[in-house]
Amino acid sequence: MAGAPPAAPPGPADGPAPVLALRDVTKSFGAVAALRDARLELRAGSAHALVGENGAGKSTLVKILAGVHGPSSGQVLLDGEPVTLDGPAAARAAGIAVIYQEPTLFPDLSVAENIFMGRQPLGAGRRIDKARLHADCAALFERLGVALDPARPARGLSIADQQMVEIAKAISFEARVLVMDEPTAALSGVEVERLFAVARALRDGGAAVLFISHRFDEVFDLCDTITVMRDGAWVATSPTSELTVDQVIRMMVGRDVAELFPKQDVVPGEVVLQVEGLGSTGVFTDVSFEVRAGEIVALAGLVGAGRSEVVRAVFGVDAYDAGSVTVAGTRLKGGSPAAAMAAGIALVPEDRRQQGLVMELSVERNATLTRRWALSRFGWLTGRAERATAADWTQRMQVKAARLSDPVATLSGGNQQKVVLAKWLSTEPRVLIVDEPTRGIDVGTKSEVHRLMSSLAAEGLAVVMVSSELPEVLGMADRVLVMHEGRLVADIPRSRADEDSVMLAATGQAGAA
Amino acid sequence: MTATTTTPTRTPPPERSGRRGAALLQRLVVVRELGILAALVLLIGITLIANPRFLSGQNVRDLMLSAAILVVLAAGQTMVIITRNVDLSVGSVLGLSAYATGTLLANMPGTPVVVAVLAGMAVGALCGLLNGVIVAVAKVPSLVVTLGTLYAIRGLDSLWGSTSGRLQINATDLPTGFKDFGGARVLGIPVLFLVAIAVVVVVGIHLRSYRSGRELFGIGSAPEAARLSGIPVGRRVLVAFVVNGALAGLAGVLYAARFQTLDTTAGTGLELNVVAAAVVGGVAIAGGTGSAWGAALGALLLTTIGTSLPQLGLDPFWRDAAVGALIIAAIALDKSLTDRLAARLRGRNLRGR
Repeated sequence: MAGAPPAAPPGPADGPAPVLALRDVTKSFGAVAALRDARLELRAGSAHALVGENGAGKSTLVKILAGVHGPSSGQVLLDGEPVTLDGPAAARAAGIAVIYQEPTLFPDLSVAENIFMGRQPLGAGRRIDKARLHADCAALFERLGVALDPARPARGLSIADQQMVEIAKAISFEARVLVMDEPTAALSGVEVERLFAVARALRDGGAAVLFISHRFDEVFDLCDTITVMRDGAWVATSPTSELTVDQVIRMMVGRDVAELFPKQDVVPGEVVLQVEGLGSTGVFTDVSFEVRAGEIVALAGLVGAGRSEVVRAVFGVDAYDAGSVTVAGTRLKGGSPAAAMAAGIALVPEDRRQQGLVMELSVERNATLTRRWALSRFGWLTGRAERATAADWTQRMQVKAARLSDPVATLSGGNQQKVVLAKWLSTEPRVLIVDEPTRGIDVGTKSEVHRLMSSLAAEGLAVVMVSSELPEVLGMADRVLVMHEGRLVADIPRSRADEDSVMLAATGQAGAA
Repeated sequence: MTATTTTPTRTPPPERSGRRGAALLQRLVVVRELGILAALVLLIGITLIANPRFLSGQNVRDLMLSAAILVVLAAGQTMVIITRNVDLSVGSVLGLSAYATGTLLANMPGTPVVVAVLAGMAVGALCGLLNGVIVAVAKVPSLVVTLGTLYAIRGLDSLWGSTSGRLQINATDLPTGFKDFGGARVLGIPVLFLVAIAVVVVVGIHLRSYRSGRELFGIGSAPEAARLSGIPVGRRVLVAFVVNGALAGLAGVLYAARFQTLDTTAGTGLELNVVAAAVVGGVAIAGGTGSAWGAALGALLLTTIGTSLPQLGLDPFWRDAAVGALIIAAIALDKSLTDRLAARLRGRNLRGR
């Protein structure tokens, strides 16, 4: 809504000055304006949602609140007074705690130190009082209902546990403003409930909460006010009670989103991927399933059930010690991604930053990384061949990038995911394994990814999808395989799959299907 | 929080797993430093069999004197390496500081020892400041910066020596008070070694128990996370370089006091010994882990190898090969320990839910 100055955003009418407000904040990186005239008012005792597609400027806004970026123009107001947040320490001193989308922990340090870094309780001679440090941390974990050991290093924590540590860190500040940038992307249902209970307690204690999420059920559940952003600009702020999900989505994308889960009906062909009795000690046991051409099979279960571990073993990233993987009749050598790729398997990993992309490399380099041999002539990789292939695939995926030579790190999350998909689809696989295909991706891109998966399946690709989002599982899958504590406990056809049947199996409460 | 819903899948009581985790971590740290200690004891034991007089008073004192300088340098280097940086210029800084202190004492024989020590440390701190400013402010990798200053500072040192006309400082040029400091003992232990121990204790406690010390670990463990959690990364790294420079300066004074004859080549090539001592002592070159005690033990081990090989009838040229093998062994040990720890922690994750 550039141009016409919109009316002041309606908030609770007679409240005191907002704890934290942004007034006409603009942030440019070089020639690109990531944020244009953004406005936001966070009030004490209120939970405020910020929604928008990827690239709408939400993360930039969070970084301004966190003191990581300074605004190019406009004002940040604390209790109605302009402030300069010239660094994370300044934001923290102002009582602003931020939970980032990607956990930011120190792997070598203990969980307790991660939480209290710079604020460790001190004893005699300003030395750190380790006993109190661990006791404080344990108390915090008890409040959160987290069963983590304060003394263990952060290295090796699952993403969900890392996120819980981040949440504990933010809460330990007793902050006046709690900013949560997609904190639930990696959490399972129970953990989300726990987080919300804490967020509500903080809100009721007088804190202002800013909640950013792509999950509308959560937004409508937790927040009393919603601000919508699009293309770096403010669109609307409204009480939640006056909005519907459809309205919010329409404001976010500026158009009607096509059906969210455009699954085409396909008659499955012959078996392409066959997994038999796969086991890895201490991780998963006796996992058997098959996937036919044209089928989308979802692997559901709680975080930590062993889903990602199974697909990693199938692709050969991790070794397994029992069972076999067969692709179109040929048994694969275990523990060899090269063999899996040669047989036509592609794996789009769970963590695109760590496992899917080389963040510093350009979009075109990333998109053609899997094809570097096919694209080279006598071992000589030509830039032209790379560019042509990359241009072709990024176009088919509708990747939004200024230039293909830009580092992939400069793209938004949804576009990064498309680059990962392009990278693997360009190998023309027979089996596509996608681990959390739409984690942290906005609605518009999400449905593009879903449509893409659906049309690939219709062309005869066998698709295995690991997903923690139940609507996605139910909407996309022809069959749902459910894992619980390292075992495959249910195989539910599309016709019988619903929230109850999947959740019962995932929590281990259903008998074997 | 009272309304916590508990799932049947998340059971272990935090206290029990807490103790187990703490014990695990504790054991890992202890094992890491015990390993070096065991290697040291083994080496001394074998040498004792070959030469029962290896641990005679004079021999041990010589060992302590030789180790003192490397121990001080290793303690300082530890602070820098923990932040995921490295300072290769310490050998040159030692040389400059030793020459500067020697010149000061030769020109003004009345200078008290304390002032000489402080002067040497000030020279080192200035060099450290130069390194730190370039690394922290200009954001150039420390490997390259200190490789540059390694040559630049040595060049400055040589230039000074050749223009001042005093190419070598001899024992006769130095005042008696300073020479006495070099040979002094308390309860039979050389004072220079006691100085080194004091440095290790101070650096060790700072790294373990002070907020700013822990922040150094944070910076080395995850620089971006350090920035986001409000740690003044640039300032901490700068200070680490300045302190390390000052300690290299101190090492220069110790060098002058111990050898009492020096020229502008003092400490040439020492930097790699220092890094080797730290790495053998369990200071991860990628930052984030390590301790001053470990680095000091590493320095002690390297020094002992140097003196015990001739006792064992081996050509001293074997020393370099032995040091190389030790470095690789230390890194392999570290890797296997962290892998085992990671595997156990992951296993606990699974069981924990």
